[in-house]
Parts: sequence; structure tokens; C-alpha cells
Amino acid sequence: MTHVIELAGVAKRYDSAGAPALGPLDLGVARGEALAITGPSGSGKSTLLNLVAGLDRPTEGTVTVAGRRIDGLSEHALAHFRREHIGMVFQFFNLLDDLTVEDNIRLPAQLTGTSRRKAAARAGELMEVLGIGRHAGAYPGRLSGGERQRVAVARALVNRPALLLADEPTGALDTASGHDVRELLVNLHRDGQTIVLVTHDLALARACASRTIHLVDGHLSLDTSAEALR
Amino acid sequence: MRGTGALGRVVRSGVGRRRVQTLVVALATMMAVASAVVAGSLMVAASAPFDHAFAHQHGAHLSVEFDPDAVSTARLDATRRAGGVTATAGPFPATTIRPVDRNGGHPPALTLVGRSGPEADVDDLDLRSGRWATRPGEIVLSAAFTGPDIELGATLRGSDAADAPTLTIVGIAMSASRTADAWATPEQVTALGSAAGPLTTQMLYRFAAAGTGGDIAAARARLTAAVPAGALLGSQSYLDTKRSADRNAAPTIPFLMAFGALGIAMSVIIVGSVVSGAVGTGLRRIGILKAIGFTPREVVRAYVAQALIPATVGIALGVPLGNLMALPLLADTEQVYGDTSLSVAWWVDVVVPAAVLLIVAVAALVPALRAGRLRTVEAIAIGRAPRTGRGQWAHRAAGRLPLPRAVTYGLASPFAHPVRMVAMLLAVAFGTVAATFAVGLTSSLNAVGRAQDPEDRAAITVIGNIAHGGPGEPGGPRDGEGGTTGPAVDPARVRAAIEAQPGTASYYGLAQTEVTVAGIAGSVRATLYQGDSRSGSYEMISGRWLGGPGEAVVPTRFLDRTGTRIGDTVRVTYQGDTQTLRIVGEAFDTSDDGKRIHADLAGFAAARPDVYLVEPKSGVQPAEYARQLGSVLRPLGGEVLVDSASEAEGLILVLDAMAVLLTLMLVAVAALGVLNSVVLDTRERVHDIGVCKAVGMTPRQTLSLVFASVAGIGLLGGLIGVPAGFALHAYVLPVMGHAAGTNLPPSILDVYSTPELLLLGLAGMVIAVLGAAVPAGWAARARTATALRTE
Ligand SMILES: Nc1ncnc2c1ncn2[C@@H]1O[C@H](COP(=O)(O)OP(=O)(O)OP(=O)(O)O)[C@@H](O)[C@H]1O
Ligand SMILES: [Mg+2]
Repeated sequence: MTHVIELAGVAKRYDSAGAPALGPLDLGVARGEALAITGPSGSGKSTLLNLVAGLDRPTEGTVTVAGRRIDGLSEHALAHFRREHIGMVFQFFNLLDDLTVEDNIRLPAQLTGTSRRKAAARAGELMEVLGIGRHAGAYPGRLSGGERQRVAVARALVNRPALLLADEPTGALDTASGHDVRELLVNLHRDGQTIVLVTHDLALARACASRTIHLVDGHLSLDTSAEALR
Repeated sequence: MRGTGALGRVVRSGVGRRRVQTLVVALATMMAVASAVVAGSLMVAASAPFDHAFAHQHGAHLSVEFDPDAVSTARLDATRRAGGVTATAGPFPATTIRPVDRNGGHPPALTLVGRSGPEADVDDLDLRSGRWATRPGEIVLSAAFTGPDIELGATLRGSDAADAPTLTIVGIAMSASRTADAWATPEQVTALGSAAGPLTTQMLYRFAAAGTGGDIAAARARLTAAVPAGALLGSQSYLDTKRSADRNAAPTIPFLMAFGALGIAMSVIIVGSVVSGAVGTGLRRIGILKAIGFTPREVVRAYVAQALIPATVGIALGVPLGNLMALPLLADTEQVYGDTSLSVAWWVDVVVPAAVLLIVAVAALVPALRAGRLRTVEAIAIGRAPRTGRGQWAHRAAGRLPLPRAVTYGLASPFAHPVRMVAMLLAVAFGTVAATFAVGLTSSLNAVGRAQDPEDRAAITVIGNIAHGGPGEPGGPRDGEGGTTGPAVDPARVRAAIEAQPGTASYYGLAQTEVTVAGIAGSVRATLYQGDSRSGSYEMISGRWLGGPGEAVVPTRFLDRTGTRIGDTVRVTYQGDTQTLRIVGEAFDTSDDGKRIHADLAGFAAARPDVYLVEPKSGVQPAEYARQLGSVLRPLGGEVLVDSASEAEGLILVLDAMAVLLTLMLVAVAALGVLNSVVLDTRERVHDIGVCKAVGMTPRQTLSLVFASVAGIGLLGGLIGVPAGFALHAYVLPVMGHAAGTNLPPSILDVYSTPELLLLGLAGMVIAVLGAAVPAGWAARARTATALRTE
């Protein structure tokens, strides 16, 4: 089984003195897996996700994603890596308010140099699938939280990334919208998308993850796949 | 009162946290204050240079020569109590010497006055360098007489006579009233006087009423009456000295004023926009302050204080900086105007900081009041809630451009803050206007300098009658009496000698006289030319230079006074000869208030050239030529002078230096304004840029985004600024010309070249990109994970 994510001896310290915020830990995520990361606040979940996304570098250890060592890459190379292999969804959407929904979704494609036409076709396709087609020309400020998160998911998927990373995707949503997003992730996983999901919401983890890990103080305290083996 | 402690803490943290803005406000105020101090003090210095020096030295309203044999010391003493006399100095022995310099050359005759020191109740001399003469054999020269061959430490012989004493120049002094050309001890003057020329007695007077020529004439009459008939040999009024001093400075004063006004106006605008930009942001912080219980008034106070603290620091640094920069410029001005003790006028140092502080306070108050009025909910919402409406159309439009996405995103982003964009545009445009206008003004100024006194351009000046004139004013009769007269040389012999010189390329004769012109009351100063005077042509505003007899060239004021136009004729009378001359040209000549006429000498039988202006053939050394011609002419009583740097050039250099200085400062302030705006913008966009980077924007794309967000503004600012600066120049110059009573020739008006204008247009872009460089670097380096946390 090939691992899309391979962490070996990874640790992250924000200050040189105290204990690391994360790790050291080893972790492998297989292609097609949907991994949920749970844990109390401050346990290092976002830190872990940022390392995988190449938004931050580990203090120790190696990070391999989609067959590529990314812990030593330059900012420039990391940006290229992200746009090709990673799609990210955040708790507070992080959409650009002055671009329309469609422009937001197209942006990562355009950054890679994809033509406007092709980018528009792909965005249109995603908006259809995610049920936000009628908001294409609207600005994010006008949309509901659930709709905004769908836009964020569409933006994350526009470059067909190997990996979809989501940090508390339902954290800012009401129950109904949260339910929508959960459905969406379940469907994506069923279609073979590899997903890493950070959440407090155990129901969400149970519903859409094939595997769950639990972090406490930066250390793995539970891994359901290990449990299954036992 | 609850707030003070808390308020202080808010202000301190506000100042500390916004380091760039604080720095920008401090620097912008500093430069504004410095340039305003420089501009202001030069304006003050230039506005009345003679009056300044004259007042400072208690200059002599009237300098009088008495015959020592005809009036007793007691009678002279009595004149001190004559009606209207308020102060006196003297009696000083005086004489005229015709010195010989080290190389055997003959400088013009010197009026030598015996004084035991520079101090006096009237005409309190300023010793510019060296010391006062204390022994026989020492003299102090007037600064007006220093030249290449005559400097501190140089020696002169008292006359051609074999037993003439050797005089060492031990000091250089300046007399605003020009009471003498040189000074020595009274004993020395008495000794020289008996040998070289008649000894006279100089008395210097100040009067209660001395405003007009009539006042002076009345005072002179009272003095004449107080001494025996014939004892008063001659006198010199300060009004004549003032007129000739002011004439030198007049054409450049409006330029200086324009520079000063421009510098001050620009500083005001840019400081205002920087400060209001700095205060106008951070609305969310204001909301939080209000949410925790700050009153609107406390918020206003906090924000005004946040601008005033760095502004005060800037002012505190700007005043000494301005004074330091003004000093060398003032020293040059001093050289030019003959003023002696110029320093920055104290009130400039008070008024400028006070005014700038007031401007900063007002500029800060407007946005601060807005902040105070802002409803708390709105203020908090601004930071967090999605913005709607503003600038979105720009993104739609820019998104269609066939450019990389990062660039089009950057191009559209300024439209999210229209006010800030306009402020940045104004900063760039004003910087460009300043640069364009200053470049044009400097070129025009240089052209004015070149256009002055064209006869001074001649490499060689031959003086036919050495009793008249010096190198500065060829042939002009010296103001006042008491000068000596020598035998006039036959002009034909001078001409023959010049023509016989193998090195002569061309020459013309020139006579400065007074004529009467039908239709103009009083006398008109005439310059009469003999021979081919084209090399001495004035800059022509319209028409052409003299082509021969029967023609006249006049300045604009002359045409205005007489209501004539080119092609009309005027009747000119000189010592009984009346000629009808056709006006063929309008010349750029600002001297004598337009009572000037240039014509051919032929037909005025009584006129004789005082000087000949010679151009030697190329390859002939002027000094060598002058030596050879001098050896022929000197025995006849003539004198040959080699052109030395004229006084006007010094003034032009001062103005050039000032233009460069002011331009650099204004451009720097403009760049700071842009820096300020871009910093605010980038700060605010940190989050959006973080998002872009999270979805795959590379550092290079981030740089291009930030640069694109200012490049458009820079280009637009240049496009607005260059034509505006051009138009300002085209508008201001003729106005300044008219204020001085003259039209301007094309050489002064058309000074821009196309490549120059293109470069200036790009300057706006350069200003913008310079201002954006630092924040663009931050944006590119900022850690994405950190940026995303700023929610
Ligand atoms: N940029 C940073 N600088 C310093 N410390 C940081 C930084 N980012 C995270 N930390 C620290 O690292 C630890 C882990 O933070 P992290 O954000 O990964 O927690 P989390 O599990 O995502 O928490 P939450 O559930 O609240 O989002 C925390 O103690 C946090 O304070
Ligand atoms: Mg987190």
C-alpha cells in the first residue's frame, strides 16, 4: 500500500526551550484513506496539518507527501508543491472577499498558469457538483456559512489535489450546514479522495473518516487503525 | 478622570506598534520642516538683501567728502549736530590710489579710507577674513574688489611711482554702504594721500528722515550750509548704492519666492496626507477601545496624540537640520548679495515648527473625529465582516486582462480603499510635479543667468578711460562723486591697437550713457554699440538684435511705457544729436526698470565708447592676448581685463543647489507617503495574501502582486504630474516675468526636452516602487501559517 503522507520522527517546536508543540511522531496515510485528527485544544492538530500542507517546516524529522520530501523545500518550491498536490479548507473559510465565488474557485488554477477558459470550465463543473452554481457571480459576503464552506471546498479541489486537508471545516457552522459539509466529505471520500480532517466533532470523525488519530500534548495517544490491527 | 493612564498606554502602544507609520510621520515632518526652514530663510534673505546688510551695519545714509584745507575739525564736529542727523562716523582721511599688482597689472583706482578699526557708529564694517590694518604697509580690501589676482596676503604697490610703498592685503571687509574700496590706518592714508592724490576727509551720516531722495537732498543741503562754501566736495547717497545692489538681485527674487512657496506647500500637502492616512486606519482597534469603555473624546485625543508625538520628534530634528542646510546656502547668498551676517531669521525657526505642528494636528483631527464618531459595532465589524461593494468591479475588470493572475489581482487591489488610493496618487503626482517644476525652473534660472549682461560674456574687456568703471560694470560711471578722472584715450587709437593684434577675432565698442527719449520723462540709459555687436546680443523676446545704424532694441517695459511696438520709431536725443530710430527687437533686459535702449553709436557725434569687448581667435589664450594688448594700450592710459567669473553665476549656483535640495526632499517625502500607504495596505492584506500563498502563490508572484498594486498608481501619478508640472512652469514663469516687468524669451520658457519629460514621467513609477519595496519584501517573506492565524 503506497503512503500519500509519510512522517518520520517529526517534531515541531515554536520555542527552543520547552517541550515540542508536536511529536516526535511517525505517521503514514495511505492513498484513498480519510484520516480524522482529534484532540483537545492546543494539542498540535493544526500544527500537524500545516506541516503536511507545507505551510510550515518541522524542527526535526522528514515529511514526505505524494512521494516528495517537502521539509527542505524553498518557499517557491513549496508554493508549487501546494498548488499541485494540496487542497485546503479552513474553519473560517478564508475566501477573498473582493473576488466573486467563481473567481475565488478559479484562483489556484490561474496561479498555475491554467487558461481562464479551462479554469472556468473546471470551476463550473465543481460548482455544479457542490450545488453552488447559482452563486457563481456572487461575493462571499452574501453567502451563508455552509455555502461559503462549499466554495472553499471547490477552491481546494480545483487543481485535483492528491490530498484534501480540512481544519475544523464545520467549526464555524450551525448543525444543518455542518451536516451538509459532512455529506460532502463523505461523498468525496467515497469517490476516492484522500482526506485529512482535523475536528473536535467526534460524530463528524466517525461519519466520514476511515481512520482516526487522537493527539494529546503533541503525541499520538490513539490510532484506530492500530486498534483494528490489535 | 479615569482615562489618562489608560489613554497614555493606548497612545504609547499605538505609537510603538505602528513603527513604520510612526517613522514615516516623523521623517515626513522632519523633511517638511527642514525644507520649509531652508526655503523660508532664503526667502527672507533674498527679499531685501541690501536692506538687511544696511540695517545690520547701520549703513551710512550719506557719505560725504570734505576738503580738509577748507574746513576745521571743529566745524566738522558741528555737523554732527546739524538738523536731522542721528549718528555719525569720521572724520576719516581719504584718498584715491592707482595701485599696481604683483604682475604689473593695473586694477581699477581705489578709494582708500583711513580707519583705525572696522567698528563705527555708522557703517559698522564686517571683517570677512583676515584682520584689520594696524601698521603702515597694510590694507584691508573691500570684498567687492577681490579677484583672482587680489586676495588675502597679496601685495600691491601704491602707485606706478618708483618710491611707492608696498601694501599687503591683511583683511577683507564688507561695507553695505560701499563707502570705500579699501581701508588702511589713518596715518598710512595721510602718507599716501599727500603723495598720490589730494587728501579728503570722509564723514558718514545717518538721518532721522532718509526714505526718499528728497530727504537725502535736504539733509545734504543742511550739511553744505554748516561748512564753508566749497568745503563739501562730494557725497554719495545710500539710495544710489541700494538701487545698484537691488538691480543685481531683482530678476531672481521671484524665482526664489516660487521655490520657497512650492517647498512649503508640498510639505503641507504630503504631511497632511501621511498623517491622515496613518490615523485613518486601525478602525477595528478603535472599535475595541470603545467597546471596553473609551469615550469618543478619548478616542479622538488618543489618535491625535499618536500623530503629534512622532510629528514633534520630526520637528525637533527638522529645525536643526534645516538650519544646518541653510547655512552654506546662506553663506553663498551672502557672497552674492554682499550681506554680511546672514543667519536663519529667528522667527523662521519659530513660525515654521508652529505652523507644521498646527497642520499635523488639523490633518490628524479630521480622521480622528471620524474615528470618534464611528459606531462601535461598525468599527468592530470592519475588521472581521466581509467588505462588500468597494473595489469589486475593479477585480472583475482586471481579471479579464491577459496578464498573470497575481498581477491582475494586485492591479485591482488599491480600489478597495479609494481614499487611500487617492492619497497615494496625490503623493506620487505631487512628487512628480515638484520634480518636473524644479527641473524646469532650474533650467530657466540658468537661462536667466546666461541672459544677464551679455557684454560680460566677452573674453577681453578693454577700458579706454580707466577713470571710469571696473570689471563688474564696464564703462559705467561710478555712483557718487569723489572718484578721479583721468585723460580719455582716443578711441581711434584703441581700435587701431585692437585691430593690429593678430589674435583678434571680433570686437565692438560700447558706450553707456544717458539719453532722452521723446515720450519718457527723465533720462533713459542707453547702450550704444560701435561695430559688430552680435556677440553681445541680449536674448530676444521678439524681433531681432541691432543690424546697424537707425535701429533700436528695447526691453518690454520700454514698449509698455511708450506704448510702442516693434516696427515703430522713437526719437532719441544725446547731447544735441536727435535721431529717429526704428525699434527692431524686444530684448530680455530687466535693468533700469525698462528705461533702457540699445542702439548703434553712429550718428551720435558726442558719444565715445568707454570699453571695447573683444573675442580672441580660438586657440588664443585670453590672458596672453590681454598681456600683449595691454603692453600697447597701457602707455596710452588704457587697461585690458580678462573676464573672470561674474557675480550672477554665484547666485545661480545657490538657486540650483536649493532646487536640487528641495526636489530631493520633496521626492523623498512623496516616497515616504507611498511607503506609508503600501505598508497600511500590506498590513491589512496580510491575511488575504496568506490565503493566496496557502493556495499556491509563490513568493515571486507575491512580489509582483504588491508591485502591481502600486505600479498603476505610479504610472498614473507620473502621467498626471508631468503635464501638471509642465503647465505650472508654463504658467508661473510668465507671471514671474510680468511681475518683473518683462516678457520672457524662448530660451527661458522652452526648457524641457522630450526625453527629460519621459524620464520625469517614469519618476512617478520609481517613487511608487521605491515606496513599495520594503512592504513587498515583507509580504513575500511572511510565514503563511502565521498570516492565516491573524483572523
Ligand atoms: N505560530 C506559533 N507560534 C508559537 N506557538 C504556536 C504557534 N502555533 C501554535 N503554537 C502553539 O503550539 C501548540 C499547538 O497549537 P495548534 O494550533 O497546533 O493546536 P490545535 O490542536 O490546532 O488547537 P485548536 O484545537 O485550539 O485549534 C499550542 O500550544 C500553540 O500555542
Ligand atoms: Mg487548530
